[in-house]
Amino acid sequence: MRHAIAQSIGLGRAAMLAVGLLAGLWVANSGLLDQIMVYWDDIAFLSRQHMVLVAASGGAAILVGVPVGIWLSRPSAERYAETVMQVFNIGTTIPTLAVIALSMTILGIGFPPAFFGLFVASLLPIVRNTYAGLLAVPSHLKEAATGMGMTPIQILWQVELPNALYVIFSGIRTALAINVGTTPLAFLIGGGGLGELIFTGIDLMDTGMLLAGAVPTAMLAVLVDFLMGQAQLRLIPKGVNPLR
Amino acid sequence: MIRLEDLTKTFATPNGLVVAADKVNMEVPTGEICILLGPSGCGKTTALKMINRLIAPTSGRILINGEDTSKLNDIELRRNIGYVIQQIGLFPNMTIEENICVVPKLVGWDMKKAKSRAAELLDLVGLDPRHFLRRYPKELSGGQQQRVGVIRALAADPPVMLMDEPFGAIDPINREIIQDEFLKMQAALKKTIMFVSHDIDEAVKMGDKIAIFRAGKIEQYDSPDRILAHPANAFVADFVGADRTLKRLRLVTAEEVARADAASAARSASVADVRQSLASSGERIAVVIDGDHHPVGFVTADELQGASGRIGDFAHPLPASVPVRADLRAVVSEMFAHDTMWLACTDDNGRYAGVVTQPAVTAALRATYGGANAGAA
Repeated sequence: MRHAIAQSIGLGRAAMLAVGLLAGLWVANSGLLDQIMVYWDDIAFLSRQHMVLVAASGGAAILVGVPVGIWLSRPSAERYAETVMQVFNIGTTIPTLAVIALSMTILGIGFPPAFFGLFVASLLPIVRNTYAGLLAVPSHLKEAATGMGMTPIQILWQVELPNALYVIFSGIRTALAINVGTTPLAFLIGGGGLGELIFTGIDLMDTGMLLAGAVPTAMLAVLVDFLMGQAQLRLIPKGVNPLR
Repeated sequence: MIRLEDLTKTFATPNGLVVAADKVNMEVPTGEICILLGPSGCGKTTALKMINRLIAPTSGRILINGEDTSKLNDIELRRNIGYVIQQIGLFPNMTIEENICVVPKLVGWDMKKAKSRAAELLDLVGLDPRHFLRRYPKELSGGQQQRVGVIRALAADPPVMLMDEPFGAIDPINREIIQDEFLKMQAALKKTIMFVSHDIDEAVKMGDKIAIFRAGKIEQYDSPDRILAHPANAFVADFVGADRTLKRLRLVTAEEVARADAASAARSASVADVRQSLASSGERIAVVIDGDHHPVGFVTADELQGASGRIGDFAHPLPASVPVRADLRAVVSEMFAHDTMWLACTDDNGRYAGVVTQPAVTAALRATYGGANAGAA
């Protein structure tokens, strides 16, 4: 079973490499590469801006989302937990573009509204997975831990969080995927980033410019997901990691 | 010693007050196993969990070694009580070693001492520390996990252990093996143990005392033998089952009813000598033993009449023999299987140790009845 999965992952990688190689050949031969490279300075500057946005809003979402998820899963918060989760759920049904637009009406234009909109959009998967992951820790583990004389904090750190870690990580991975995918929209409210090249390229019907924004955005998304996948594989203890 | 005084637990439910434990009074002497037995919902688990305060008592007192536990805080109390549950509850994120070291770490043991303790305990239950210390729970079989669950509770050497149907989720064959292992460990460790079970056979096998619960009350608190021989009321009689006399067979070993001085004869002995000694002791059968003192056959007094020569020439093969440590249930089962009224017993080295007869078995069972009836009259 594991062997088969490993094999299919290997096949998938090979196929991806082949597609990437062909696409690269096509781009190089069609002269598009030159058209893209014209914007190299812009790409470098905007990529940095883009990554700062992703890192800041994603990082803030993790720093806020995980503790909120933990708090909601405590017995003391049981009364509010479902209500809060409902509010968050309604929050996700609002399209991210609308969230960004709404945050502009309050915070104006520039980095702050972009940061805030992305932060809100990434928050929910993290809170939800942290909450659900902690609630899914089998009650007999908590009973055993309590019966052995662990304090609630010790149970949280030594038993609940390690056993919920895989689910929490999945939430963070989803959140960052949403975040990276939404960040180009930040340009629309003056937040900068690679969206500047994409949207301007669309407006000017300039394929080179459009690709100069789209290709790094795509690569960044793939890179972030790859890094998260590796982190999930390596950081989660062996006993509770279905990947190992 | 664990003492419960008027221990009561009531739950408020939408349908009114439910009494889960109703003025439970009992005492478990130091080093004994007390089984809390009863149908589900009878309050046995509630009573157990009040001791380590997983359930807070409504009223009443709990004393451990004479000390009122209400003076201790929850954490301190629980760290001094071993706790084993049916679902085992090994932490999947920790290795076996880390799992065993949880409580020693909590109470501040030196890590080196905790680790050597873990290895020592694994050895005790027959799991090779070199293989198992670094493994994760999911890499162990159910029986192995349950053994680790038990030794984890023993890790910090608590004087008292609470076990909530600890062997309930294991298949019958492994359960017997683990029960035997546990009894052997307990013989050396002498912990004071409260043990919840719903299985009368397990209770009879494991318990020094059994408390039978119904609707939050103790119906009878007595030794297994007395519960089986003298159920206090119809409920207890019904609960222990119509075959309760047969169950008592498990409580007695062959050694206790075997006659060690039953006639025996060496293979090389002369027929005339054996005939004479049988005639003088009035016995009809002699077990024939070889040079290593192993029982190999038997001769009957009738066949020796008028014969001469060596005993070895007249010996019949033994139908079967049983170890003296076997319980009477195994002995009777062997007797029925071989259609015989008596069996030779052997000690741990296979040497002849006496003879068990069916009349001796029934006499042993009758002894408790007779004694108690005389007491009642």
